[in-house]
Amino acid sequence: MTNIREVTVDELRHLVSDRAMTGETMLLNMGPQHPSTHGVLRLLLELDGEIVVNCIPDIGFLHTGVEKNMEAKTYLKAEVMTDRLDYLNSVGNNLTYCLAIEKLVGLDVPPRANALRVILSELQRISSHLLWLGTSCLDLAAMSVFLYTMREREMILDVMELISGQRMMTTYIRPGGVWREVPPEFVPAVQKIIDVMPGRIAEYESMLTNNLLFMERTQGIGVVSAEDCARYGLSGPVIRGSGVAFDLRKAQPYSGYEQYDFDIPTYNTGDVFGRYMVRMEEMRQSVRIVRQALSKMPAGPVQSANRKFVPPPRSEIGTSMESLIHHFKLWTEGFPAPKQSVFVTTESPRGILGVFLEGDGGPKPYRVHYVTPSFINLQSMPLLTRGHFVADVVGIIGSIDIVLGDADR
Amino acid sequence: MGLESKTGNMGVVTTTLENVVNWSRTNSMWPLLFGLACCAIEMMGAQASNYDLSRFGMELNRASPRQSDLMIVAGRVSRKMAPVLRQLYDQMPDPKWVLAMGDCASCGGVFNNYAVVQGVDEVVPVDVYVSGCPPRPEGLIHGIVTLHEKVKKEKITHWA
Amino acid sequence: MNETLEQIVKDMKERFAAQITEYAGDSTVILTPEYLLDAVQTLRGEHNFNMLIDATAVDYWPDQEPRFHMVYHLYSMLNNLILRLRVPLNGNAPHVPTLEKLYPAANWKEREVWDMFGITFDGHSDPRRIVMPYDWQGHPLRKDYPLGYEEVQFTFNAVEIDKRKPYAKE
Repeated sequence: MTNIREVTVDELRHLVSDRAMTGETMLLNMGPQHPSTHGVLRLLLELDGEIVVNCIPDIGFLHTGVEKNMEAKTYLKAEVMTDRLDYLNSVGNNLTYCLAIEKLVGLDVPPRANALRVILSELQRISSHLLWLGTSCLDLAAMSVFLYTMREREMILDVMELISGQRMMTTYIRPGGVWREVPPEFVPAVQKIIDVMPGRIAEYESMLTNNLLFMERTQGIGVVSAEDCARYGLSGPVIRGSGVAFDLRKAQPYSGYEQYDFDIPTYNTGDVFGRYMVRMEEMRQSVRIVRQALSKMPAGPVQSANRKFVPPPRSEIGTSMESLIHHFKLWTEGFPAPKQSVFVTTESPRGILGVFLEGDGGPKPYRVHYVTPSFINLQSMPLLTRGHFVADVVGIIGSIDIVLGDADR
Repeated sequence: MGLESKTGNMGVVTTTLENVVNWSRTNSMWPLLFGLACCAIEMMGAQASNYDLSRFGMELNRASPRQSDLMIVAGRVSRKMAPVLRQLYDQMPDPKWVLAMGDCASCGGVFNNYAVVQGVDEVVPVDVYVSGCPPRPEGLIHGIVTLHEKVKKEKITHWA
Repeated sequence: MNETLEQIVKDMKERFAAQITEYAGDSTVILTPEYLLDAVQTLRGEHNFNMLIDATAVDYWPDQEPRFHMVYHLYSMLNNLILRLRVPLNGNAPHVPTLEKLYPAANWKEREVWDMFGITFDGHSDPRRIVMPYDWQGHPLRKDYPLGYEEVQFTFNAVEIDKRKPYAKE
């Protein structure tokens, strides 16, 4: 273990203003241990009194080496790591990785598996937004919202546990479909969530939307224009909060999103309040998608029948020699993928989530790269915070909804 | 006196100093508000409505290490974070305890690579390890109750 | 490949001597480093690729020369297209012009590539490490950088490993 090396102002000379050198403005460290940075993020703030002159984010305190570690594992085993990148969207991370593998090796997914994938991604989106709502309101000193949102989040986590045995890191979505058929309790449990959720969302809105204190803290704070969003690559609720109806679920549908009827919520102010409004409406739209997917969930298998990539069910192993060989091959050696590269994007609760996957003909990925929304959104912090009070910085961090595991990888 | 008129005659309790101090330490153990990764979300879950950690006198998370007794290392510790973690530990006043929450903090978990410290016990001395990736809130509560048991057994001679 | 993309790819081929490959519906434009800046300028200005989704690299050590490939993904919101650019780079410490002037989003992406692969970006405004500690040696995602595996403790070797494990003291 090394000691913390102090960084001098001279090293950051190109980032701070001239006034910092004379001591006219103050440099203030915020983090890495700070209650309201949603993890281990360090912000170096240059302050003129209470006003932020510049904000220099420093990330990497949660760098896990996932991309390197995935290169040392087979395609299937590496999937376990993807859950832990963006731990609030683990289903979405699995989904993107599996879509990339399916694109690389040319594997088809049965319709029932696609419907299950959509239901789970949307439930995960709701749970992620619920946690965002709770914690970002906690940053704005509204304690009670957190207790309400965590109550609903537990219902969704119970469903995750029901299908996979794990509350957060499900690894339920696998290449070629999903892990296994859902238990019979799944449909009533999801039905219960979509029945209560609209009322609960209205409850949160009654606490916040017209609350004068909340409006004062959020309106006109952290404004970003639609052009800047595109230049900085901002996506997800941030760009939608600036009035651009851009959603990859509509633009480049995957997993059968084109079958479902839903709207892209937008808000034209581009401030913290706009992003809040967009996310609240997104939860409603997610409930709408889940309701449609649940009502017309097709019957049939939940995994592709291609035994070169998908392990055979337990029942087949006892009766078929070929299945036993496939089982053995898949779990010891893994399946090979061609020496090609693919890029897949999905819409995570935070924005564009992409996987760049390259095979080398062997059973291990040659290079996996996660394009993560938190990393890109965090980059815009100087743009968003400039000219605001220090107290608003926490509100702005909350509004771009960063997950540091997602940013640092 | 004022207190007696409100509570009535409480009588006399005889006990040892050791018991009283250990009892008070267990029931007002303030954790450091310090989340690293996935486990921090389950830690929040443990503090929220369904699991309600405040039943054990643990609800008051302190954002400053100088006011806290227990460090819950919730998540993987990277090489860049390790010195920061040690500094936070050094800033905590005695007596202090460390709980390694989850597999990554206990032993590195699935991340056996260049970036992650293979067990936070290389950086700070750990009292209780909680397994799971991430542990359920019940798991964390069990770990904390186990730590309480440990603290209750501390001897007066061990107090520094 | 749809018509707009075909047009763009043709343009790239004619003006910047690019090679085109296609796999599973993804089009890749392979460029030389000299043409990169001009090509991206054309893509951004004339073909409406207004978003840089990703900039990363791949290391082909030791089998392949050129060793590094820079990989860019551009997105056009107007045409709803994703295009991949690949730039092969010679040598062990290559350099490539920065795209920061065209896409501010490239700033952190290129810092990450520098941190992980050791590829320098000419004209970059903030060439510091981003995720690793400032005093870190080496570039972890290079293929010649070890993964850093630590031996796992089982019952038969637990005691032995325990002895040499550096446990922290008070």
